[in-house]
Amino acid sequence: MADTSSQSVAFVRTAEIPPSPPPVTESGAVKWVKENLFSGPFNTIMTLIGLFIVFWLLSGLIPWIVNGTWEGGDIRECREILQGSGGGCFAVISERWPQLLFGFQYPDYLRWRPAVAFLLLFLAVPPALFIMFLPRWTLVASAVYPFVAYWLIWGGTILAPIFAALGFIAGYMVFVRAEKLKGFVAGMAAGVLAAAVTWTVGGWIAGFGEDFLALETVESRAMGGFMLNMILGVVCVSLSIPLGIVLALGRQSRLPIVKGFCVVFIEFVRGVPLITLLFVANVVLAYFFPPNSNPDLIIRVIIMITMFSAAYIAEVIRGGLAALPKGQYEAADSLGLDYPQAMRLIILPQALKISIPGIVNVAVGLFKDTTLVSVISMFDLVGMIRGPILSSTDWTGVYWELWAFACVLFFVVCYGISQYSQWLERYLRTDHR
Amino acid sequence: MAMTDTNPDQTPAAMTVSDEVAIEINGMNKWYGQFHVLRDIDLTVQRGERIVICGPSGSGKSTLIRCINALEEHQQGNIVVDGVPLSSDLKNIDKIRSEVGMCFQHFNLFPHLTILENCTLAPIWVRKTPKKDAEETAMYFLEKVKIPDQANKYPGQLSGGQQQRVAIARSLCMRPRIMLFDEPTSALDPEMIKEVLDTMIQLAEEGMTMLCVTHEMGFARQVANRVIFMDAGQIVEQNEPEAFFNTPQNERTKLFLSQILGH
Repeated sequence: MADTSSQSVAFVRTAEIPPSPPPVTESGAVKWVKENLFSGPFNTIMTLIGLFIVFWLLSGLIPWIVNGTWEGGDIRECREILQGSGGGCFAVISERWPQLLFGFQYPDYLRWRPAVAFLLLFLAVPPALFIMFLPRWTLVASAVYPFVAYWLIWGGTILAPIFAALGFIAGYMVFVRAEKLKGFVAGMAAGVLAAAVTWTVGGWIAGFGEDFLALETVESRAMGGFMLNMILGVVCVSLSIPLGIVLALGRQSRLPIVKGFCVVFIEFVRGVPLITLLFVANVVLAYFFPPNSNPDLIIRVIIMITMFSAAYIAEVIRGGLAALPKGQYEAADSLGLDYPQAMRLIILPQALKISIPGIVNVAVGLFKDTTLVSVISMFDLVGMIRGPILSSTDWTGVYWELWAFACVLFFVVCYGISQYSQWLERYLRTDHR
Repeated sequence: MAMTDTNPDQTPAAMTVSDEVAIEINGMNKWYGQFHVLRDIDLTVQRGERIVICGPSGSGKSTLIRCINALEEHQQGNIVVDGVPLSSDLKNIDKIRSEVGMCFQHFNLFPHLTILENCTLAPIWVRKTPKKDAEETAMYFLEKVKIPDQANKYPGQLSGGQQQRVAIARSLCMRPRIMLFDEPTSALDPEMIKEVLDTMIQLAEEGMTMLCVTHEMGFARQVANRVIFMDAGQIVEQNEPEAFFNTPQNERTKLFLSQILGH
């Protein structure tokens, strides 16, 4: 057998070669360190430099945290306690945390309400994110949450959120009926009309029942702190994804009006800085609403941030749509699926899956961009730190501790979103490419 | 194999062809921009007929069958499928598409759905079949294409031949009266071509009306009752398979046949 190539061309295998395990190489931590950290003079030097940098960072950071004090009424007391030990003055956080979290205008005896709303978020989010492991009815929690949260945070009669919810339900039910009879577009129009009627009538009725199961009203002006970032972040992310899908599909439409509108919208919004839009929301937008209706600043800001990120998400999803082979559209068509069915069942599930990293990128960016509202004198977390806290005589000059606190809060949320998206990508990987 | 007991010399006309017209195409023309892809196509397909369309690449054969279920738009002429005229009316198009099954060169299974879900999707959403019935039907056809045990896998886990058979089963689940095949075996390894062809032969024996763009001349000889040769967007020659292969008339047909049968 050894001379097959030199002597003859003909060869017939007589014995099967059994599969065998790969050769056992030396393994263990020592080998890993040798191979990855000290494999040559250059890498050894780099490793030592790296270790020095890590040491240098930690030698500053650890005493700062460990020697830090959480007690003391203002910066002078803080300095007395610290005695120049190099520790951080975390007392500012233990003293001002309610302001950092809820803003300085939210009545302190009502802070339990947004706190409850925040805790309820942990009931409302899992059904939306992990529906594959939960029964379908749990989605009710996600659907009801926005209305409950609104009622808790803003207060007022419970009739207002109830009618708001009823409007959506009425709109949806009319849409389902009308879609069967007259098609998608007519169904949509009828649904929107039904919702509008419900809201108008509901608003009128709620006007009479202002004290019905009413919580003490809190003005939008009073919203602040990290709560404001969370409100803007959660609302804008959940609104901008569907809007982004609609815009992305609209941009592919064969109808020139729809396509033109979507292209102009996306290109315009993408071409303008978010801060400009926020200033517009602050000053100009009121002119576009009907007279006497002066929607409050938070709604105007939500509209602007949502439009802004929806334009970006639309472009991300357009990338996902473009990545799908044309055959998927053709297969859906050839089976007789109509456009909404093909999109919903075949195209979007795949396009959105491809777009997950991009969408999450936009969502995380959006969440952090909510801090920009501090420039239009809304006191979100950053606005609180820059404004009322740092400029107070009590805490002026306590920069590191406050900004570190802000970083930690944002990091926890953003890292959570990022981890979820990576898990989701792995979970949805069914193509086995 | 389904055909082992059938004498290959026996003309496949033994499989029933009725007088009923399944597809009628009259004076159909199609352009891609300035390029005239389909020129004056006239074609009548009887119910139960099995037609193989062949021709050099770029001759318009795929475009022709894709016009039949309106995956491509034609600009001139009439197409009537199963008595339904193909116009720009979306209702008619959806109706025709749900009656006409199609298999593609690259299978085009939905990679995010299991095999079973691939097969039940259209019956559930287009035909409004209850899920349980749709699954029963799907299993029936998956058994027929001999892969019921793969039902819960994803398309990416199957071989090309298996995927194409699933694609056929997926079309059959809609209970189509006509099947279109667009080069169903050209993306497959040689050893997988046979399993797909067997499935198609079985389908032919059951009397399905089939239009098949393929270069499998053995298949054409065995099951077709008409072979159409296209070149440069025109139907150049059509005949019964025996006559088509043994005594081609047109020069271009002769050249084509000598090239594909010559080796």
